[in-house]
Amino acid sequence: MFTDILTIIYKEWKEMFFARSTARSGLLGVAVIVALLGIFMPFQNGRDWLTTPLLILIWSWLPVFLTLGMVTDSIAGERERHTLETLLASRLPEQAILFGKIGAAVFYAWGIMLVSLLLGAVTVNLAFPGSPAFYDPLVFAAVLVFSLLASVLIASIGVLVSLHSKTARQAYQKMSVVFLAVWFIPMLVAQFLPEEIKAGLSARLMTLDLNAVLTLGMLILLAADTVLVLVCLKRFQRPNLILL
Amino acid sequence: MNYAIQTHQLTRDFGSLRAVDRLTLEVPAGQIFGLLGPNGAGKTTTIRLLLGLLPPTSGQVRVLGMDPLQQGEAVRSRCGALLEHSGLYERLSAEDNLDFYARIWRMDAASRKKRIRELLEGLGLWERRKETVAEWSRGMKQKLAIARVLLHRPPLIFLDEPTAGLDVPTAAALREDLLRMTAQEGTTIFLTTHNLSEAEKLCAQVAVIRDGQLLAVGSPVELRTRAGQPRLQVFGRGLNERALTVLQSQPGVSGVKFLNDHLEIALKEPAETAALVKLLVEQGAEIEEVRKSTASLEEAFLSLLEENHVH
Repeated sequence: MFTDILTIIYKEWKEMFFARSTARSGLLGVAVIVALLGIFMPFQNGRDWLTTPLLILIWSWLPVFLTLGMVTDSIAGERERHTLETLLASRLPEQAILFGKIGAAVFYAWGIMLVSLLLGAVTVNLAFPGSPAFYDPLVFAAVLVFSLLASVLIASIGVLVSLHSKTARQAYQKMSVVFLAVWFIPMLVAQFLPEEIKAGLSARLMTLDLNAVLTLGMLILLAADTVLVLVCLKRFQRPNLILL
Repeated sequence: MNYAIQTHQLTRDFGSLRAVDRLTLEVPAGQIFGLLGPNGAGKTTTIRLLLGLLPPTSGQVRVLGMDPLQQGEAVRSRCGALLEHSGLYERLSAEDNLDFYARIWRMDAASRKKRIRELLEGLGLWERRKETVAEWSRGMKQKLAIARVLLHRPPLIFLDEPTAGLDVPTAAALREDLLRMTAQEGTTIFLTTHNLSEAEKLCAQVAVIRDGQLLAVGSPVELRTRAGQPRLQVFGRGLNERALTVLQSQPGVSGVKFLNDHLEIALKEPAETAALVKLLVEQGAEIEEVRKSTASLEEAFLSLLEENHVH
């Protein structure tokens, strides 16, 4: 099973990075992201880049967006291009195909984030000489775990959305709508909250223990990931994947 | 007899639509078996059921002695499938497409390399192996898809309309490649097509289905004989009205007519040709050539559809 998962990941990445028609745009896109988040932004922020607690927020959304495009293309896109049915007619178990596709998207996004994160530390140390500095270990660990869990969450939602979409574009559009809603609805609600409630919430947030908040956040994400992956396993069955 | 595929009362419904209706088939191992039928007859659904991609609504299936629903992975491990679409990754090269599937079939690096070269050379594609498949013609893609199907030397191959949309020379070349390569590997082929001349050239046995129901099964010759009257075509000079009248009065003859340059005699049953020729000669005809024929598979197919439509 593990070898089968790796075979799927190998194919997905080969299509994305090494296929002659898509390699240039794929690699260029990655290079732009890494340059922006690994060199430009750390250079702009100086040594603060390594210490700000906002780092978790900055780094957690990146894999989300990278995962989104890849997972929709690899399931809804493959079905649209009529390659999925041939794959399903092979000996591969459904679980291997599912985990291969989720893995390809998650590790692609998470890998880019990790490279950018480490490059950011190198940039800060080279551009602003002084005693060697690195991210706060707790924050660094939290970034790694949060971004990984967030990627799995998006990949699982992407799988479920792809199962109900005839084309990759349709799947991507549906996912975008979901994310706009998730992103903007809380912001809109916050805008219309009375000032005293906002002040109360701010004061409450300031008193919260960061470790407790991070732990709670991770547990919630982990629970959501577990539920969604189980739902994916149940739904990702050959009869549901064939376009009739 | 050893059967590669056996179905008994196999049925598949999609809501109120019955795509496959109590289909009972036996496909002998080592043969090319053709499933013929018009569009929407249930051919593709039958392949999906045989591969365990869809569960049947009712009925039984055995493929290579196994149940595709319960032992799906084992069945698919021993099958190759070229479905309705070629299923090739257009963004990858021909070599990468085959390499990916060879990895799926768990072939080691050396065997992968050797087998890919063998197949691509056999199909005349080796020189172009590094090209992206998107740049290829439909015929080349179809050849590559066949190479992918044969990659792991499966004992059973499913081909869903393998020559659909190809021009005549490409389809003929593909058929030749298919026959040569499968003869080398000794494989059972389950082929769906609505190209009847293709079925006649390739298949040892054919089954005709419509609306998911089996109308007939047998060798192409059997179906032709069953469906059409035997005929005699007589070429020569002096084939006049008098000869025609004499022939019509014969007990084994059901009809006689002139067609372009020859006389077409419809027989009630395979009759003594020599007696009829002798009669014609006695009437003053100079015979140059006599051909015995039955209905074409196309005529047999149409007559089967017509017959069952009426009922």
